[in-house]
Amino acid sequence: MLDFVQQLVSGVALGCVYGLIALGFVLVYKATEVVNFAQGDLMMLGGFFAFTFIGMLGLNYWLGFAGAVAAMALFGMLAERLVVRPILGYPQFSIIMATIGLGFFLRSVSGMIWGTDDFKIDTPFSQGVVRIGSLVLADDKLSVIAATIILCTLLYLFFNKTTLGTAMRASSENMLAAYYMGIPVKRVVSIVWAISAAVAGCAGVLLAPITFVHSNVGLVLGLKAFPAAVLGGFGSIPGAVVGGVLIGVIESMAGFYLAEGWKDVAPYVVLLAVLLLKPEGLFGLHIRKKV
Amino acid sequence: MRFLFKTDYEDDIRLFPHSGYFVSYGILFALLLTAPYVLSSYLMSQLVFVCIYATVGVALLILTGFTGQASLGHAAFLAIGAYTAAYLQQFDVPFPVYFLAAGLLTGVVGALVGFPALRLQGIYLVIATISFAFIVEEILARWESVTHGNEGMRVKTLYLFGTAVSRDSPAFYFLCLAVLVLTIVGALNLLRSPTGRAFVAIRDSETAARSMGINVSLYKVKSFAISAAITGLAGCLFAHKLSFISPEMFTLQLSIEFIIVILIGGTFSLHGAVLGAIFIVMIDPFLTYLKDDMPGLIAGMAATMGAGSERAAHIQDSVAAFASLNGLKGAIYGIIIVLFVLFEPLGLYGRWLKIKLYFQLFPLYKRATFKRQKIYVKSERNR
Amino acid sequence: MSYFRAENLALHFGGLKAVDAVSFAVEKGEILSIIGPNGAGKSSIFNLISRIYSPTSGKIFFEDQDITEQPPYAIARLGIARTFQNIELFENATVLSNLLVGRHRHSTTQLWQELLFLPSVRANEKAHRRRVEQVIEFLDLEPYRDKLISGLPYGVRKVIELARALSSEPKLILLDEPSSGLNVEETDDMSFWIRDMRTELGITVLMVEHDMSLVNRVSDRVIALNSGRVLAMGPPAEVQQHPDVVAAYLGA
Repeated sequence: MLDFVQQLVSGVALGCVYGLIALGFVLVYKATEVVNFAQGDLMMLGGFFAFTFIGMLGLNYWLGFAGAVAAMALFGMLAERLVVRPILGYPQFSIIMATIGLGFFLRSVSGMIWGTDDFKIDTPFSQGVVRIGSLVLADDKLSVIAATIILCTLLYLFFNKTTLGTAMRASSENMLAAYYMGIPVKRVVSIVWAISAAVAGCAGVLLAPITFVHSNVGLVLGLKAFPAAVLGGFGSIPGAVVGGVLIGVIESMAGFYLAEGWKDVAPYVVLLAVLLLKPEGLFGLHIRKKV
Repeated sequence: MRFLFKTDYEDDIRLFPHSGYFVSYGILFALLLTAPYVLSSYLMSQLVFVCIYATVGVALLILTGFTGQASLGHAAFLAIGAYTAAYLQQFDVPFPVYFLAAGLLTGVVGALVGFPALRLQGIYLVIATISFAFIVEEILARWESVTHGNEGMRVKTLYLFGTAVSRDSPAFYFLCLAVLVLTIVGALNLLRSPTGRAFVAIRDSETAARSMGINVSLYKVKSFAISAAITGLAGCLFAHKLSFISPEMFTLQLSIEFIIVILIGGTFSLHGAVLGAIFIVMIDPFLTYLKDDMPGLIAGMAATMGAGSERAAHIQDSVAAFASLNGLKGAIYGIIIVLFVLFEPLGLYGRWLKIKLYFQLFPLYKRATFKRQKIYVKSERNR
Repeated sequence: MSYFRAENLALHFGGLKAVDAVSFAVEKGEILSIIGPNGAGKSSIFNLISRIYSPTSGKIFFEDQDITEQPPYAIARLGIARTFQNIELFENATVLSNLLVGRHRHSTTQLWQELLFLPSVRANEKAHRRRVEQVIEFLDLEPYRDKLISGLPYGVRKVIELARALSSEPKLILLDEPSSGLNVEETDDMSFWIRDMRTELGITVLMVEHDMSLVNRVSDRVIALNSGRVLAMGPPAEVQQHPDVVAAYLGA
């Protein structure tokens, strides 16, 4: 039983990381119906920024955290300006391919800049643990869970309660119509990329103590965050986090209870099963085209 | 400029619309036949990979380009073909049999993947195919009694009609070339028949396709099966060319490379698969060249432009350091993809058409002829 | 028995009754128009017939056969073709291949035969092409054969959609607002074509239309719908005088 709870908590913590990356997918998807295949790599970049600020420049952790997130927001805007803006309004397959290209580029270039070794960042919660009876929970994992809950709530409120959030949803439904209604579609898209890169940056920093930072971490985790986003219905902010947690728990349970090898494929098996039964994911809406 | 006067419905059906095609394709064919006696063995080897990649490219074009179903799982189909061949080979099954078996089995698996894919659209389908590829990769690594797991499998020399066909021999190249040519002819035949038109119809509007009597589900499954079967055949050749296969050869990276093949080549024509394959396969020799010859070349250029010998040596060192940087290939891939998407959305074949038209219409060519229209996609969720 | 018959057809989305207990019959060789204000459920009826929607209740019969449970592609195979209100063409294909897709229900060749492009496939292709050329001639589409749909103006696309439906040699054709977006001349052409379809090609026509002058010119009978219910049915002049119809249009 204790094992089970221990596995559950570490699964939830891992799942929150997936959820945070998935959140980035969902944000960009919600606003532009584009899937950003470079999302995981943005997270990796966030980790490297934090490492640069904290590990190399010796800044205070929180300052470094804020710096990394801000830098990522700027980087998100830059990437949007250079790669996405010129092809806004073209078929989505093009934009998806462009983000795959961006991912390749980011992975290689950060490998060139920071090398291919693993890096670790010292954080205020690296060592601490919380004991509840005989249950031992590491602070770093709890911090991920807490941050996910906070971010998710903020983003949910932002999307559903603010004018900008509504503008974002409108431009995803019909870019041209939104533009005619006076929504500055280009700026909206740019802001969405900034936010989603910042979220990815957060994930990268929080993840640093758990998985280390190296140039391929984004690809590996990004591919796990995909099933999370799909499971959650790819357009739903709470859905992304729930999907992430599900994937994390499934993965850690499969790793503990099932034969070797299941750990890596279990999330995908579950994903395929869910898609078979409910092609629009757990929280997705299915709307039909009108003819 | 040539004007075609059509006098028969046959004029719209035949593969070579006019005599010029016979000349240009005849020359190309002659060049391909003499290649083994002219090119170095390294380039020949790359040419074999071009044939294999182009075969997969054609398969992917049928599925993605013409039926509109994106797949990031074609490495898995390639793997299934390769492993089927390697497995059957152990029991002294003759080449033609296991070659066809590789295609058939992969085709069946493709159809099985196609069924769940019926209800999936766009990004969901992409992710489902990625998941499928991961699962196949894991099965290959774990099913040790058949696949030898991560140790991989040796693939013995190919025997065709009692003679050994070494993987570096011209005969093997001709075999791969023949498979490619037959695949292309088959695909062209398909595209000028009802099935090919049904594929295109599904790509452009499923609703309209249904209302015209097309069984959309059946044709999607057919498209998956055909595409997978061709990839399986290519997988058999791939296994022979490498002479050793293991699960980590068939990763997502390879699937993405296949997508890049058709993206760079051009997704609207079979020419694209071949041009894209040439491009992808030739990146490696190009990088080797960059590593070996460019530093000296650039230093030489710097020297002739008046830089001192010390400075030239410094330039040579820094260029060499840059060229041997780890991950340069990935960065180049990334830049190429982005540049193609931004500036050459019709791919290499599109560029070729533009150049051709430029000379045909000279001096009246307008750039706007090929201008991509913004479509401001309305929500694709409502499909 | 009627040629085509809908019995108590209903389509409910939650509480919204888009179509509510609609019954009507179409006789062979008739031109029947469905009129009604926006949101009356006209297009929904078409979507029910071509099985884009599944009816909540009710039955549809064609040539004395219950087709309510048939899949969408089978409806077309039976000889019911349709056009769409907002045009659903295959954008990135030529006009010719769009029309040839219309021939799909008559294609008999097997996949392996097509891969080899056997003489039988070739002969079939030529036969399809011959029929398509007849339609091209009928609708004056000669200049557009090899053009891509994506480059053509709206009015031409509208005609091409009609041509695609005719290429399938339907017995019954469903026209969803054939004149919307067309100018006066094009509408005139359309009215001639609709009548010729019946007299020359022997096709039964069921259409949804807003343009009352077109309706008056071509229809034998008219059904007026409002809020998913039938208000009146009969000859055009009679239905237009019907007090309920007048009220529905004037919003009283």
